[in-house]
Amino acid sequence: MGLKENLHNIKEKGKGKKWLPAYSALHTFLYTPNETTHSGGHVRAADDLKRTMTMVVLALIPCLIFGMFNTGFQHFKAFGAPVEFLSMDAFWFGFLKILPLIIVSYVVGLGVEVLFAVIKGHEVEEGYFVTGMLVPLIVPVDIPLWMLAVAVIFGVVIGKEVFGGTGMNILNPALVIRAFLFFAYPTWMSGDKVWVEGATERAKEIAAGANLDAISGETILGSLAQGKEFAYTVSDMFFGYIPGSVGETSTFLILLAGIFLVATKIGSWRIMLSSVVGALVMGLIFNGVVNAGWIAEGSKFYSLMSTEFWHHLLIGGFAFGVVFMATDPVTASQTNKGKWIYGFLIGFISILIRVFNPAYPEGVMLAILLMNVFAPTIDHYVVQGNVKRRLKRLKVKTA
Amino acid sequence: MSQDIRIKKGLDIKLKGEAEKVTEQALASNMYTIKPEDFHSIIPKLSIKIGAKVKAGEAVFYNKANENMKFPSPVSGEVVDIIRGEKRKILAIKISADKDQQFVDFGKKDPKAMKADEIKSHLLAAGCWPFIKQRPYDVIAKPSNTPKAIFISGYASAPLAADYNYVLAGKEKELQAAVTALSKLTSGSVHVSVGKNDNSPLAGLDNISLHKVSGPHPSGNVGTQIAKIDPVNKSEVVWTINPQDLVIIGELLLTGMFNAERIIALAGSSVATPKYYTTKIGATIASLVDGKLQGDNNRIISGNVLTGTAKSLKGSLGYYDNMVTVIPEGNDYEMFGWNLPVFNKISTSRALTFSWLFPNKKYDLNTNTNGEHRAFVVTGNYEEVFPLDIYPMQLLKACKYKDLDEMEQLGMYEVAPEDFALTEFVCVSKQPHQEIIRKGLDLMLKEIG
Repeated sequence: MGLKENLHNIKEKGKGKKWLPAYSALHTFLYTPNETTHSGGHVRAADDLKRTMTMVVLALIPCLIFGMFNTGFQHFKAFGAPVEFLSMDAFWFGFLKILPLIIVSYVVGLGVEVLFAVIKGHEVEEGYFVTGMLVPLIVPVDIPLWMLAVAVIFGVVIGKEVFGGTGMNILNPALVIRAFLFFAYPTWMSGDKVWVEGATERAKEIAAGANLDAISGETILGSLAQGKEFAYTVSDMFFGYIPGSVGETSTFLILLAGIFLVATKIGSWRIMLSSVVGALVMGLIFNGVVNAGWIAEGSKFYSLMSTEFWHHLLIGGFAFGVVFMATDPVTASQTNKGKWIYGFLIGFISILIRVFNPAYPEGVMLAILLMNVFAPTIDHYVVQGNVKRRLKRLKVKTA
Repeated sequence: MSQDIRIKKGLDIKLKGEAEKVTEQALASNMYTIKPEDFHSIIPKLSIKIGAKVKAGEAVFYNKANENMKFPSPVSGEVVDIIRGEKRKILAIKISADKDQQFVDFGKKDPKAMKADEIKSHLLAAGCWPFIKQRPYDVIAKPSNTPKAIFISGYASAPLAADYNYVLAGKEKELQAAVTALSKLTSGSVHVSVGKNDNSPLAGLDNISLHKVSGPHPSGNVGTQIAKIDPVNKSEVVWTINPQDLVIIGELLLTGMFNAERIIALAGSSVATPKYYTTKIGATIASLVDGKLQGDNNRIISGNVLTGTAKSLKGSLGYYDNMVTVIPEGNDYEMFGWNLPVFNKISTSRALTFSWLFPNKKYDLNTNTNGEHRAFVVTGNYEEVFPLDIYPMQLLKACKYKDLDEMEQLGMYEVAPEDFALTEFVCVSKQPHQEIIRKGLDLMLKEIG
């Protein structure tokens, strides 16, 4: 008997048993099930949720690999022994740092998912496929693994399972995880020490009296928020040779991933486009305020406000958030018209938070979480438009 | 007042096994079956017993809620079996056919000279009323209503559908008689739609408002056409009827006989030589497909692949169906089916699925669901194949949580399950859309009526 038959027999034995969902999760990973249509239409299109989710993971892989190179590159550069960006040294260093993050994210997250599936007796849904890959890419590389584990448990349980699991959640689980980390362990999530591997460790040694040079690995946004100059070119920012969370630095690769997601019709182009427009509009408004001389050069907002409006697209997590997080179909607006409004406000509010909140210069996370909360309201009004049109049609006839 | 209909949103599911335009006589079926479940929401009351002799057109049962509504035997013969299910629910009535067919004579009529009430009572008594369906609720029309319009779609856009231009050819007289009669039952017009470039026998009829239709499926669905021509509002009623059933009504008026004969298409990739056959309503499936299929792991569907009913060889041709589709069952596993590139299945995305590269390729789809049932996740893909001015996912969700007000507001009166066949086809979460809509309609019918 082949593998296919053996696996099928195990499934037959497991019918009605508690462990079946856990087994099915593995089984369906190898084989698309032998399920046939039993109600309504007799044929179905080729896409399922697994395929949809896989496309997003596929789009994330280049960002992940780039993140591995960049982690090593930034580390060696900060420690005074620079290596070529595309070198094995850089990659291997980053690989060893990031692999544990991926493993913790998937093992803990899927563990919680399977546990809930077994308790509630439903199939393991694929939502965590994507979340599990997003999480390692949006945290600083030095985040302690236990913190990540705690945050993942919080994010999956409170962000998703309490609402009923995949498809029912209000907030994007990956962002809930990141927000939890940010508010619970702020010193590990912001400042000038966390973005380069080893910088925190070095700071501790200095505090303990070691005679070493302090390492500053500040992000561009961090520098701008404090009104400091930074030494990166636009090309560095675009291609991502800058410090930041693991996978969000390369706007170039994120752009390619965005194009891929739009071409495969998995990601909503409406949300991506309108977010970019929203960010540009807000950036232009701030540039206008600066040009009009309404703000003094000494103001603490001056530096971020005067940043060229289109630079905002290249720095921080904006591009990553817009392409991978804002487009999550469950937490975004679900109507096409609503998506335009939802995306525009994400871009608009991202830059607003970024400029006016120097304590936390990265606004895209909070902007998306905020709009996640408002998405159902936006949809409500869009759908009401349809309802009113229907009522009007009736009135015109009876009048 | 002719108004053309052009649809952009939709999807033509191109399948292998289109019926060749050749008509043969199907094997004579010895047994004919009438299944009350074909007539949704009707509670049947038998008017015959086992062993009774019936003529073609004689009532077998009637509607408990309206005793005048008769459901006829398609043939003359002997009632040999009445199959019952739980709570003695009638599942099927089997009639063994006579060699020489006897018809009940309902008398020749001139539809031009008849009044609305006469037509109604004639159609009810002769068993032709069940052919007329109504929206809202997609059930058999209530005879006491006067619909604001009657819709007839003469354009079949469903996968492998029987070509109306072919099967209706030469039936102009019957069609005209039926349309003339129906036009007296409505306060508005009888809307007939035909394909844009079709040479349809329906196009030349009098007393109709003709519409030319173009675009992908569901452009031929009567629901799509109603939405574009004169959508159903709250407390309005429209009636719909299939062109092939018009022929039966027309023949009844012209000859006085209920003749259940119709030309059906036998199509699908599992059929060796797909073509058209002449048969009768209720004929056994075996009489249609015996010796004509390839392979032995097939699904036989009375109707098209999107809205038809699965049947066994012992099953029978559905009351409203004008085709039988046979496609392979898909009850097998597929290794890494969820991530390998797909060339042999249809998809509306491009997620390593390549059907968008070959818009004219014909596919051999089987009945595999290509994935498991999930909660609604993906958004925006239903809208691409759904031409009505309705939010499909929101309406489906309203049906699931049974909010009658919301269902009404979102346009439940305008839809039938078949309108959701394409959203069901493309659904990534493999939700049973048609079933959800049917249950929602039933709930509304029960609560609001």
